[in-house]
Amino acid sequence: MSEIKGIYALWYRETKVFLRERSRVISSIINPLLWLLIIGGGLGSAVSFSGINYQTFIYPGILIQTALFSSVFFGVYIVWDKKIDFMKEVLVAPMRRTSIFIGKILGGSTDTLLQVLILFVIGIIFMIGGIMPGLKLTPFSVLVSLAFLLVTTVGLVSIGLILGSQMESPEGFQLIISFLIFPLFFLSGALFPITNLPGWLAPLILANPVTYAVDGIRGVMMGISRFNLLFDFTLVCLFALVMVLIGTYAFKKMKL
Amino acid sequence: MNIIEIKNLTKKFEKMTAVDNLNLEIKEGEIFGLLGPNGAGKTTTLLMLVTLKPPTSGTATINGFDIVKQPDKVRKSIGIVFQDPSSDEILTGYENLKLHGWLYDMPDELREDRIKEVLKLVDLTDRKNDRVKKYSGGMRRRLELARGLMHHPKILFLDEPTLGLDPQSRDHIWKYIENLAKEKNMTIIITTHYMDEADKLCDRLAIIDKGKIVVLGSPKQLKNDLGGDIIRLKAQTLDLDALKKLPYVKEINPCDGEVCLTLENANIHLQEILQTVGTIDSVEIRSPTLDDVFLHYTGRAIREDTPEGSWAEKAMNASEKK
Repeated sequence: MSEIKGIYALWYRETKVFLRERSRVISSIINPLLWLLIIGGGLGSAVSFSGINYQTFIYPGILIQTALFSSVFFGVYIVWDKKIDFMKEVLVAPMRRTSIFIGKILGGSTDTLLQVLILFVIGIIFMIGGIMPGLKLTPFSVLVSLAFLLVTTVGLVSIGLILGSQMESPEGFQLIISFLIFPLFFLSGALFPITNLPGWLAPLILANPVTYAVDGIRGVMMGISRFNLLFDFTLVCLFALVMVLIGTYAFKKMKL
Repeated sequence: MNIIEIKNLTKKFEKMTAVDNLNLEIKEGEIFGLLGPNGAGKTTTLLMLVTLKPPTSGTATINGFDIVKQPDKVRKSIGIVFQDPSSDEILTGYENLKLHGWLYDMPDELREDRIKEVLKLVDLTDRKNDRVKKYSGGMRRRLELARGLMHHPKILFLDEPTLGLDPQSRDHIWKYIENLAKEKNMTIIITTHYMDEADKLCDRLAIIDKGKIVVLGSPKQLKNDLGGDIIRLKAQTLDLDALKKLPYVKEINPCDGEVCLTLENANIHLQEILQTVGTIDSVEIRSPTLDDVFLHYTGRAIREDTPEGSWAEKAMNASEKK
């Protein structure tokens, strides 16, 4: 019982703080919109894949991008917690480290999914307005996509938390994650189809867990996919599971 | 019963030994003080006892649980007020306290009652719905205290609890803590720079220097051990050799540019001493204080060591960083 209350406390704190910091909410919406409108709109005038306009094509990629940036970046707040000593208050409480980790994951995932939900609303508006033809946002496709995003987010938040738990300076954290986030994003097929890739690029893309999330969501939203939906989902779940396990371990070993 | 038993507790950092083979027993219901200059190892000792830092060697049992082997159980028995601010500034004071209640699994009703009680104690009831960001350094400190006192742990650790507080709030808080100790048979371990505070409050105290216990005892006993009274002399030139020849003068120490003599029955001997030293500017007779005890055992005054940066200053730095 006490563990659940503690987890709830941590989740409550992360969510409250996120909602109070408006700049975080706003910037998390502006960035993906710029991608969709400028890159998507600009290239979309000339490029399309399998009859799908480029702007529509990258929409799943932008959803994942938002999840990716926001989730991994969430780890920086644990570095801050250490700096302002809030971490001490949590670590000295009668809670298991695993519960602290779970509380943080739930907090980070909620932040991320709130941002993603706003993007879904934007997607629906664009779809109805005819800006993104070929996009099929049905209750089914939205639910499946959310499942993909949820699981991927849990894995990605774990990555951020693992790095954050081992680091002491926020600047150092930011440096490291930019080396991590950009390859994960560019090598995920968020911006291009992953069929007929050059030989050197294919293994890199197939080794990236984010690829399968993009592939699954794109498959269910516009019928373009390389792998079977169930295969994609299984791989994404495996990725999340492994990251959660490593994260639990990292939290147990975390030093102040 | 010993509620805390520290056995050969040692913490080594790369170059220095912060806590050196510490052995100490603290009884249930005791208010115990750890005194010492900065870097003496007080905070490091506390952090090891509350399971936030692993010892290099040795261990301690708290409420019967081993701090190395059973940290989870130790954490269920303790509470701590840290020296540095550790509240979330984006949350309000009230929300920080509520969070604490949840983390310590307090029943809802009790939690709300206690929040009211401690907010009143630290005089923050009116500001409870303001974000901590808007609090002054002193207010943050008080919130921190309120939070630590909220769940009435069996053993409460206080690291420099009243640093930077005005005398009035200090008195309030100490009365509350003394009551807790009495009514709930709570054990309290404090570190402090305020010698008068330690003198009034602590049942026993240990003076720590360079990671070792220099002396241990009740404030009264420690002061008595110095033997008698203190005469403080100020003069341009003092005939120290002549002073040393007086059989009843036990000790001669320089203090703050003046000279302090320790002796019994100072009022009887004053006449002779004044004749011996020659012309003086001023003289003062008093009973020994813990400051004198500290000076006697460590060779320096505790006031020479101010804590690194005031608490308020740290709070401000932290908020700027964020």
